[in-house]
Amino acid sequence: MNKTIITVVGKDTVGIIAKVCTYLAENQVNILDISQTIVDGFFNMMMVVDANQSAKEHSQLAEELERLGEEIGVRIRCQKEEIFDRMHRL
Amino acid sequence: MINISEVIETNRMIEEEKLDVRTITMGISLLDCCDPDLDRLNQKIYEKITRYAKDLVKTGQDIEREYGIPIVNKRISVTPIALVGGAACQSPEDFVTIARTLDRAAREVGVNFLGGYSALVSKGMSQADRNLILSIPQALAQTERVCSSVNVGSTKTGIDMDAVKLMGEVVKATAEATADQDSLGCAKLVVFCNAPDDNPFMAGAFHGVTEGDAVINVGVSGPGVVKTALESIHGESFEVLCETVKRTAFKVTRVGQLVAQEASARLGIPFGIIDLSLAPTPAVGDSVAGILEEMGLESVGAPGTTAALALLNDQVKKGGVMASSYVGGLSGAFIPVSEDQGMIDAVNRQALTLEKLEAMTCVCSVGLDMIAIPGDTSPATISGIIADEAAIGMVNAKTTAVRLIPVIGKGVGETVEFGGLLGYAPIMPVNGYSCEEFVSRGGRIPAPIHSFKN
Repeated sequence: MNKTIITVVGKDTVGIIAKVCTYLAENQVNILDISQTIVDGFFNMMMVVDANQSAKEHSQLAEELERLGEEIGVRIRCQKEEIFDRMHRL
Repeated sequence: MINISEVIETNRMIEEEKLDVRTITMGISLLDCCDPDLDRLNQKIYEKITRYAKDLVKTGQDIEREYGIPIVNKRISVTPIALVGGAACQSPEDFVTIARTLDRAAREVGVNFLGGYSALVSKGMSQADRNLILSIPQALAQTERVCSSVNVGSTKTGIDMDAVKLMGEVVKATAEATADQDSLGCAKLVVFCNAPDDNPFMAGAFHGVTEGDAVINVGVSGPGVVKTALESIHGESFEVLCETVKRTAFKVTRVGQLVAQEASARLGIPFGIIDLSLAPTPAVGDSVAGILEEMGLESVGAPGTTAALALLNDQVKKGGVMASSYVGGLSGAFIPVSEDQGMIDAVNRQALTLEKLEAMTCVCSVGLDMIAIPGDTSPATISGIIADEAAIGMVNAKTTAVRLIPVIGKGVGETVEFGGLLGYAPIMPVNGYSCEEFVSRGGRIPAPIHSFKN
């Protein structure tokens, strides 16, 4: 399964996870794992998702999530998992 | 599974430390375009390049978006044109028509540079080689995206001093032909010793004759990432320093390897090599000089600089070869002046001289790169600098190169602005004593002996 990593970075406010999850549910993207932490006072969230059932292409999901992030005031990135796998795993 | 701190680390490298893939370069053989008829030759070249590379830029952009890693340049290298045009070109002017064709093809497929307007003359020049070399000033003046290189020596053959003498004149003539753009043409012209066949970096890229029909080579980068990693181990021993550079180079190279494999699969063109070079840009924090200073030098150019650079270069290779089985090209640290803010600052504070840069080229990849010199420097002096650099490459069995810009109308103390990735540079003083008699002797410097190493 090709997994995608969604990261959300920004100032913590009410409803960030809710809005991102709602968008993912509407687009048939299944969430496999969520973790979050605070780095230098900023909210950092990472989701591992399976977007293979989604009708939308990776690039469209990435663009729409980025726009959603702008609305909430956070930075949302959507990247294929391999880049992290290659860099951190032998 | 990947954890959040690893994801944050990767994204910080990309966003704050300017980790990027510097170039995806498609090498295309033009040997099957050879034709005695000049018009037909030009037509075949244009047709082949635009057919093979039509999806190159789009594929690069797709990979960029999907993995969230910037791929700064998408480029093309071709078979040295002196070989391709030999049958059809009877004069330098004939060769210039090919340069214009290459420029048109580069524009059509949307790449910013195309390399391979080149001649390989490490032992001698054929008439075609000579015509191509003579055509370089006009070829670079009349085109925007074409890059040229000439290999004048190698460890196996020695140095062709006739070519070295001619290249001093050609560099000067190129500066004059592009004087209205601050001699920008010279920024697209490299003189090599031991030029590699699979270098993806401009301006010296060409598709060697030992290569297949087409190939994808990738050049990684990441001086900012190495510098940030070193900031966290301030004052630690050399062992810790080396380990940190290696580990960082490994991570950077793995990203390059992923991008190379993806590009190769999507374009249906075999993967060639990863070039493990630390290539700086004028952006703040993306500097090789910054790494050397982080190691403990007050300014790059201070005593200790050559040792620091030797260490850096070696550790980058040691980390990189673990990350990719196919490593090639130039692979090492680049030390261009105009493209590295730290180098520019060091020149401005008079800590870094041409002579120290020459010493540094003994231990790192490439050579005297993007150095602006006074416009009244004589062709013989430029030839002398080329000969010195080629001698370092020849004796040490490594690639060396010279990319000097004699800026017409400007002298020491002035600055020249090239813009974009090429940056800006203070004009550096050159030793004024003459080598005219030496470079005018004619003939070759023989290949060095390979035993009795001292």
